[in-house]
Amino acid sequence: MTAVKDHVAAPAEPPPALGFVGWLRWIWRQLTSMKTALVLLFLLALGAVPGSLIPQTSIDPIKVSDFLTAHPKLGPIYDKLGLFDVYKSAWFSAIYLLLFISLIGCVVPRLGVYLKAVRARPPKPPRNLNRLPGYQRFTVDSADDAVLEAARGELRKRRFRVESYDGAVAAERGYLREAGNLLFHFSLILALIGVALGSLFGYRGTVLVVVGNGFSNSLAQYDDFAPGRIFNEDDLPPFTLTVKDFDVKFQEDGPQRGAAREFNASLSYQETPDSPEKSYDLRVNHPLKLDGSSVYLLGHGYAPRVTVRDGNGQVAFSGPAPFLPQDSNFSSFGVIKAPDARPLQLGFEGFFLPTAVIDQRGPVSVFPDDLNPALVMTGYYGRPSAEDGKPQSVYQLDKSKLTQFEQNGDKWRFQLAPGQSINLPDKAGSITFDGYSRWVKLQVSHTPGTDLALAGILLAILGLMGSLFVHPRRTWVRVRTEDGRTVVEVAGLDRGPERGLGDELQAIGEALKPDRSSTQETS
Amino acid sequence: MSPETYAHVSNLLIPTATVIYFLAMAAHALEWSLGRTAVANAAKADSKADALVASGSATSGVSGGSTSAALVGSTPAVAGSTTLGSTSPGSGSAGSAGSTAAAPAGAASAGDSASAGSASSTSGAGSERMEAASRVGLLLTWLAFVLHLGGVVTRGLAAGRVPWGNMYEFSITASLAVAIVYLVFVQRYKLQWLGLGVTLVVAAVLGLASLALYTPAGPLVPALHSYWLVIHVSAAAISGGAFTVGGLVSVLYLVKARAERRVLAGGTMSASLRRLPSAEAMDGTAYKVLAFAFPLWTFGVLVAGPIWAEYAWGRYWGWDPKEVWSLVTWVVYAAYLHARATAGWRGRRAATIAIVGWFVFIFNFVGVNLLVSGLHSYAGV
Ligand code: HEM
Repeated sequence: MTAVKDHVAAPAEPPPALGFVGWLRWIWRQLTSMKTALVLLFLLALGAVPGSLIPQTSIDPIKVSDFLTAHPKLGPIYDKLGLFDVYKSAWFSAIYLLLFISLIGCVVPRLGVYLKAVRARPPKPPRNLNRLPGYQRFTVDSADDAVLEAARGELRKRRFRVESYDGAVAAERGYLREAGNLLFHFSLILALIGVALGSLFGYRGTVLVVVGNGFSNSLAQYDDFAPGRIFNEDDLPPFTLTVKDFDVKFQEDGPQRGAAREFNASLSYQETPDSPEKSYDLRVNHPLKLDGSSVYLLGHGYAPRVTVRDGNGQVAFSGPAPFLPQDSNFSSFGVIKAPDARPLQLGFEGFFLPTAVIDQRGPVSVFPDDLNPALVMTGYYGRPSAEDGKPQSVYQLDKSKLTQFEQNGDKWRFQLAPGQSINLPDKAGSITFDGYSRWVKLQVSHTPGTDLALAGILLAILGLMGSLFVHPRRTWVRVRTEDGRTVVEVAGLDRGPERGLGDELQAIGEALKPDRSSTQETS
Repeated sequence: MSPETYAHVSNLLIPTATVIYFLAMAAHALEWSLGRTAVANAAKADSKADALVASGSATSGVSGGSTSAALVGSTPAVAGSTTLGSTSPGSGSAGSAGSTAAAPAGAASAGDSASAGSASSTSGAGSERMEAASRVGLLLTWLAFVLHLGGVVTRGLAAGRVPWGNMYEFSITASLAVAIVYLVFVQRYKLQWLGLGVTLVVAAVLGLASLALYTPAGPLVPALHSYWLVIHVSAAAISGGAFTVGGLVSVLYLVKARAERRVLAGGTMSASLRRLPSAEAMDGTAYKVLAFAFPLWTFGVLVAGPIWAEYAWGRYWGWDPKEVWSLVTWVVYAAYLHARATAGWRGRRAATIAIVGWFVFIFNFVGVNLLVSGLHSYAGV
C-alpha cells in the first residue's frame, strides 16, 4: 500500500512557491493523484448522463430538431454547451483525456516501483513485532535453528517468498496483486486505444434496398453515412449485392401478436466485381462479413409498386416507392412524385396499409403482415417547374407549389387494392396500384480496433481478478533463547484488505510446536 | 408438459414465493422490533429494578455480536446478570465496539449492564426470541427461494428460451439473483442480519412484477435471440444482485457507524443494532460482495453487451441510454474501489458511493426502461 499512500499524500502538499517548473510538477502530481482519479471518474459518470436524457444528433437527429423547435430559448444554449452531441463534445473529451493522462501518469511510475519490489527480499522484521496487527508468542523446547527451519518450510508451503535473517525468517506473498492492478490499468489503456482506432478509421452507412434490387458499395449509394475522423473513401471494399428475397414471420396470436419472430433476407453478392457470385441468408444477429466490413439487417418495410399516367396518357412514374413504417402494425407513410407529368406535374402522399381496416379513425393497419393490403392516398397537382437542384427527400412532398385535388368540394382521396386503378379528377391522369414489394434496411460498417479493445478488456478483467482476489501479506518468525527454552514470535500484517490473518498465524504457530509442552500468549 | 402447463405452474409459483418472502420479511421485521423492545425494556429496567425482561443482547450465531455490554449503559456488569454464558467481562469501554468483533461467535457477552441486576430467568428471552425470528426468517427465505427458482425455470420452459425477454421476466430473474447472492454469502460472511433488507427488496420487486409488469410467456423478438443474451443478462442479473446486497450492507453500515459514534459520545444503541456486526466488519463485507460483482459487471456490460449489440444492431457501442447508464454504474463502482484504496475515503464515503452505485443500477433497470426510449426498451415492457 506504500504506493497508494504516496498517491494519497501528494494532494495534501501545499502548492509550492517555486517557479514555473515547480508549478508544472505540482500540477502533474495533482493530476496523477488518486483523489484526482476519483474526481475525474465522478465527472465522467456525471458527464455521461445528459446524453441519455437529451436527444443526441448522432442517435436521432429528428428528435434534436423537434427539441430545438419546442424550446426556442433553451435549445440554442444546449447547442452551445454541446449537449446534443455530448460524447463528442469538447468538455466530455477533456474529462476522458485527463483521465487517460492521469491513468498513464499514475501507472507508469508504479510499474517501475513494482519491478523493483518483485525482486526485493522480504524485509527484515521490525523491532517490535507485537505492535503488528497479528501477533503471537509461545515457548518451545526445540532449538532455534530447528524452529527457523520449520518456519521456512511452513511458510514456503503456504507459498510465501522466504528470506532468512539473523534469528528470524521474513516472508512475503501476494506479489500478484500489484501485478494484477497494473495489468488492469495498462489493459484499460489498450482498450481505449482500440476504441479510439474505431472512431478514427471506421465508418457506418445505411441504405434501403427494395427486394429484387441491388447495392454496390460506394458513397453515392448510401442514404446516410457516418465516417470516422480519418476515413478515406478508397477504404470501402468494392462489393456488390442483390436482395433476392425477404421473409418475415409475425406472431399470429397471443398478447405479443404482431411482434416479428423471424427475418431473413436472401442475398447474392460478389466481393469484387470479378469474384464469383455467392449467396447468404442475412438475419438479425447474423451479419455478412466482407473484407473487414460487415453488412447487417436493420429493418424492413413495404414499397408499393405504382404506375402514374399523366393527362396526356404517358407513363410519368412507374416502380416501387419505399414507404416508412409509422407504427408496429406497419401503417407506412410515403410519397409518389411525378414531376415530369404533363400538362400538370403530379404528386401523391398517404399510407400503405398491409392489413387495412376502416374504423372511426379512418383506414388503419391492424397487423404487420400483408393480409389485406391497401393504398390510401391523396393527390396534388401543380405547374411544371424546372429542377432547382436542391436535394429533396424521397419521403416528403414539397407542397409549396402544389394544390390538392378536390372533388365535390371535398379533398380528394382514394383507396386501392392491388391491381386496381383510379382516374384522377379533372382528367389529370390515372394511378394504378400494381402491387407491392418489401424493402430491407441494410447497414454496412467497419470498426477497426475492436479486437484490441476486446483483448484489452479481457486482460483488464484478468488483472482485476488478481487485484481484487490476491491478498498480499507479510509474515515474520523470530526466535530467541530464554532460560534454556526457545521463545518464538510469529507476526504478520496484511497489505490489502484483511482476510483471516489471525487464523493463518495461528496455523503457522501450531506447525512450529513440536509437542504440547509449549506455553502461549496471543495478542 | 406443454408450454401452457409450464406457464400455469410459473404463474402459481411466483405469487406464492412472493407471499412467502413477505412472511420471511415479517419474521425479520419481528426480529428487529424485538430488538427495539429489548432496549425499551432495558431502559425501564434501569429505573425499575424489578423489570422482568432484560435487554437481550446477541447470542450465538451472530458474528461480531460481542460488542454488547458496554454499549448500552455505563454501569458495569453485575454478577448474576449473565445467564447466557459470557466469556468476556462485559466491562469494556464503549470504544471497543469494533475491535471486539474478533471474539469467536457464540461467545457473545450477554452480561448486559443496562439490566443492572434485574436479571432473572427471563433475561435473554427477548434475545432468544430474536434469534428464533431470525432463523424462521432465513428458513422462509429458503422456501420462497426454491419456489421462486421453480417459477423462473418453468417460465423459461414455457417460453422455450431464457426467461429474461421482457421486464417482467427480468424482474423475476434479477430478484432471484439477489436471493442467490444473499443465500450464497449468508453462511460465508454471516449475513443473517441482512435478512430484512433482502426479503423486503425481493418481495417488493416480485410483487410489483406480478402486479404491474406481467406479460404472458411468448417467444422473443428476433433481436433478442443470441447466446450472448444469455451471458450478458445473466452476468448483469447476478452482479445486479450483488450490487443490491452490497448496497443494503452499506446502508446498514451507515446506520451502525452512526450508532457507534453516538455510543462513543455516551449514547446508547438498540439491541437490534448491537446484533449487527461492527461497522468495520460490514465495510469489509460490502467490499467483498462488490469486489465479486465488479469484474462480473465489467464482463457482462463491457464485453458481452457490446458483442451482442454488434450482432443485433450492427455496432458495439452507440451511447444508447441503457449503455450510458451501464457505463455510469461501472464508473461509479470503479470510483468505489478507488475510494476504498484511498485512506480518507474508506468507510462512510465509500459506503455512500456504494449506495449511489446501487441507485444508478436500479435507475438503469427501472427508470431507463420506463422513461427513456432506446433500443433496449423491451417489447411490451
Ligand atoms: C478509467 C479509469 C479507471 C478505472 C476504471 C480504474 C479502476 C480501478 C480498479 C477497479 C481498481 C482496483 C481496486 C482495488 O485493488 O481494490 C483500481 C486500483 C487503483 N487505481 Fe484505478 N482505475 C482508473 C483510473 C485510475 C487512475 C487515473 C489512477 C491514478 C491516479 C488510478 C490509480 C489506481 C491505484 C493507485 C490503484 C491501487 C489501489 C490499491 O492498491 O488497492 N486508477 N483502479
